[in-house]
Amino acid sequence: MNSLKDHLVRWVEHRTGLETAIKNFLYEEIPASSGWHQVFGSVAVFLFLVQAFTGLLLAFNYAPTPGEAYNSLKYIMSELTGGHLMRGLHHWGASLMIVVVVTHMTQVFLFGAYKKPREATWIVGVGLLLLTLAYGLTGYLLPWDNRAYWGTVVTTQIASKAPLVGSYLTRLLGSEQSIGVVTFARFYALHVLLLPPITSFLILLHIYLVRKHGVAPLPDDRGATKKFFPEQVFKDTVAIFVAFMALFVMAVAVKVPLERLADPTDTAYIPRPEWYFLFLFQTLKLFEGPLELLGTVVLPTLAILALLMVPFFDRGACKRLAQRTVALGVAGLAAIGWAGLTVTAIVTTPKTPISTEEAGTTVNDWQHLPPEALVGIGYFREERCATCHNLAEGTPRIGPNLATTSVRKSPAWMMEHFRNPSSLVPGTSMPPIHLDDSQLSSLAAFLLKLTPQNARALEAAPDVAVAGAMVFKANQCGTCHTVNGEGMKIGPALNGLSQRRSKEWVEEQIRNPQSHSSETMMPPYKLSQSEMESLVTYLLSLPAVKSLSIAQANSEVLERFQLPSLN
Amino acid sequence: MTEEQTKDRRNFLVMAIYGLGALIGAALAVPATVYLLWPPRPKKQEWVEAGSLTPLQPKVPEEMVFRRNRADGWKITSEKATAWVVKMSQKDIIAFAPQCPHLGCAYHWEVQNKEFLCPCHASRFSLEGDVLSGPSPRPLDRYEVKIEGEKLLLGPVYSPKEQRS
Repeated sequence: MNSLKDHLVRWVEHRTGLETAIKNFLYEEIPASSGWHQVFGSVAVFLFLVQAFTGLLLAFNYAPTPGEAYNSLKYIMSELTGGHLMRGLHHWGASLMIVVVVTHMTQVFLFGAYKKPREATWIVGVGLLLLTLAYGLTGYLLPWDNRAYWGTVVTTQIASKAPLVGSYLTRLLGSEQSIGVVTFARFYALHVLLLPPITSFLILLHIYLVRKHGVAPLPDDRGATKKFFPEQVFKDTVAIFVAFMALFVMAVAVKVPLERLADPTDTAYIPRPEWYFLFLFQTLKLFEGPLELLGTVVLPTLAILALLMVPFFDRGACKRLAQRTVALGVAGLAAIGWAGLTVTAIVTTPKTPISTEEAGTTVNDWQHLPPEALVGIGYFREERCATCHNLAEGTPRIGPNLATTSVRKSPAWMMEHFRNPSSLVPGTSMPPIHLDDSQLSSLAAFLLKLTPQNARALEAAPDVAVAGAMVFKANQCGTCHTVNGEGMKIGPALNGLSQRRSKEWVEEQIRNPQSHSSETMMPPYKLSQSEMESLVTYLLSLPAVKSLSIAQANSEVLERFQLPSLN
Repeated sequence: MTEEQTKDRRNFLVMAIYGLGALIGAALAVPATVYLLWPPRPKKQEWVEAGSLTPLQPKVPEEMVFRRNRADGWKITSEKATAWVVKMSQKDIIAFAPQCPHLGCAYHWEVQNKEFLCPCHASRFSLEGDVLSGPSPRPLDRYEVKIEGEKLLLGPVYSPKEQRS
């Protein structure tokens, strides 16, 4: 067995030189002072591989176009076994990658490991940092939820403010009007096709340069060396394991954000970038008006240039940490500045307002809905909206939960959205609803009354009441009667009817109003048996309302028309 | 350190590297394999309203056309679907899926012969969907049926032969 293995190894070695190559790589001599402080580079490479791997797996079930992207991501997370974990790893891996890359850089900076002759290694490293940020920026759009959309709108707006190239960049990114398919395709291609090969190349170059100059020793280290394997590889592996455990736990335990589908008409949305861009975001806020350019373009450019130039500013041979007061000071100030800006940005982020009150009166029971809205429930059921939309809480469906999203919309928005969903929400998979305007407006009336608190109660409206409300609307009863505060006040308000009248009386009144009062203005109605049944059931279910306006209306009506007494 | 100790330490380090590496590899490979190779749970076909039973004549098949939502991965498409519906009695309604069980052609009802005929390979089926002649391997597939008042609701498709066995 052993001889067979030896034979195989010899055969491969003779043909490819693989064994020698691996041995050269593993048994490299490194300074005796190498140790735990140098593990971060390896961890960063490992995390890059995890990102590549999980990204590749996600691509198997991801549709890279607006709208579809969102739905497919939801599908990955809710339908596929392990899908939630894959996205969790990819999402949190991005954040962890930033942490590790910056730590790596800080270590190199503090230990002066960028000094001659390692300037090129440092510069390539800065390039890799920028690439890591570029992944974060382009990947942010790919879920195509509200967060992705609005975050990217802000990003492209900033790009458009760049001097000279601003308008060109805007056209290049396809973000003149708003962002859509063009921007999405550009970001996707950058994220998965262009950036990975560049990154791979720079990583290889970086490792080559590290190998060429040898691992940087600590200042006191003279002479003795040790082998890369297994001493340092062990330390690297332990560090990688710790990082991976942290990532895995986050992917399993921490909720990965996926907001609702990108909504370009959502004026209330407060866009915020990913946490590692918050400091930039906050910097922008410091500069207003003509100075804005300073924050958007000048300072970031200077910062990148400064980073690149670090090895050339600092050419002293001194590497001892305690004597590098300037370097320490700069790093300390940068850390404090970064933390300060980030914390300020987090603290000043307003909580997303859920403005149920702005939507008008809140209704907590279907019986208190105006008939129009109740009719809307009918269309909601007829059109099977619940196939894709949740009202109350429950398993997420393909469309957004309407109880939490409707309150922020206007009726006009809803009507337009029903007629042509993709005109307002590009990429949505919602089919157009083929109803006429008055029917659509009923549907909108219902949705506008929805809140997370009352969704279940409203959903529970019995069919017979909905049917009754439809008869009520079809016969335009609302032109004379008020129900739940809506409708005209020519006839008596109908709330609390059951306390005043019997079923038979109401039926007779509808069929032949003259039978109860010869002076009534109410015309007779010819309704079918079932129409009459549902209308009367509905009317008798209306609660008595203590609302002042309706009480007043009743007395006014009584005075003006001397209609049959209500009591 | 003696040479023996150095060797032990080295062995420990190498084992630790392999061990931790294997743990990470497994933690990535197992979920990845499941994710890639485990097909998602099939969606239960929802009950869908096919139409009214009122216009149906007893024992005369009618082709009913209705719309139903089909889940295709992350996409839900609304598509037209048909069913051949037979009212055997007031309570007993059969709804056949519109494809011949042989190769999936659309068959139709021959009014004169009082049988279903598939134009592709001339499979013939009785009013109950049983094969009279031709290459069809089994009787016509059926929708599960629910009746609500005069409304006919259709569910998933099944093969009556499998159901019986």
